[in-house]
Amino acid sequence: MPMQSDEILKLIEEAMPGAQVEIEDLRGDGNHYAVTVMYQGFSGVPLVDQHRMVFSALQGRVGGILRGMTLTTLVPRKRK
Amino acid sequence: MPVDERTQRLIDPSVLDRIQAEIESDLVVLFMNGTPVFPQCGPSAQAVQILGYLGVRFKSIDVTVDPSLRLAIRDFANWPTLPQLFVRGQFVGGNDVMRQMLESGDLQALFERHAIPMMPPE
Repeated sequence: MPMQSDEILKLIEEAMPGAQVEIEDLRGDGNHYAVTVMYQGFSGVPLVDQHRMVFSALQGRVGGILRGMTLTTLVPRKRK
Repeated sequence: MPVDERTQRLIDPSVLDRIQAEIESDLVVLFMNGTPVFPQCGPSAQAVQILGYLGVRFKSIDVTVDPSLRLAIRDFANWPTLPQLFVRGQFVGGNDVMRQMLESGDLQALFERHAIPMMPPE
C-alpha cells in the first residue's frame, strides 16, 4: 500500500517541530520517496541516530509500508 | 538518545548469537538482499557500490536465503531496513548513512580509524 507524501510530512513535522522537510516522489507511485530533513534537533546527534529519529517519527512504516525511502538528514547551518 | 522502540518479536536467541558471530567474523560485514554480484534491491546495490568505490574488502551475508536472519537482523541493530553495515562488530548504518558519510568523508575516516585498507580501483 503506498503512502502519501503529505502523511510523511505530517508525521515528521509533528515529531520534529520546526524541521524543514523536502519530499520528492521519485516515480510518482507513492512508494519511492527521497526525503530530506533539516532539523536543529539533529545538532550533536550522530548521523545514524538522526536517521533513527526520522524512522521513529514515521512510526514503524519504514521497511514496512514505506519501502523505498532515500533519506538525507541535515543540521541547519548557523547564521553568522 | 531518541531511538525506535524495539519491536517485540519472537526471535530465536540462537539467531542473535549467529548474527553476533557473523559481525565478529570479519572487519567489514554487510548484511544485504542478494549478493554483491546480484544484489536484489537498489539500496543493497548502492552499499556494495560504495564499498567497491572505496576499495574496501568485505564479507557479505545474503539474508534472502535465511528467513529467520531476515527478521532478526532488523531487531539486532534496531534498524528497520537492509542493507546494514558493520565495521569491527559495530553497527554503522544503512546505505543512506553510508552515502552521507561517503560524501562528508566520514566513512573514509571511519575505515582509517579502524585500520581497514582502502584500495580504490584504478
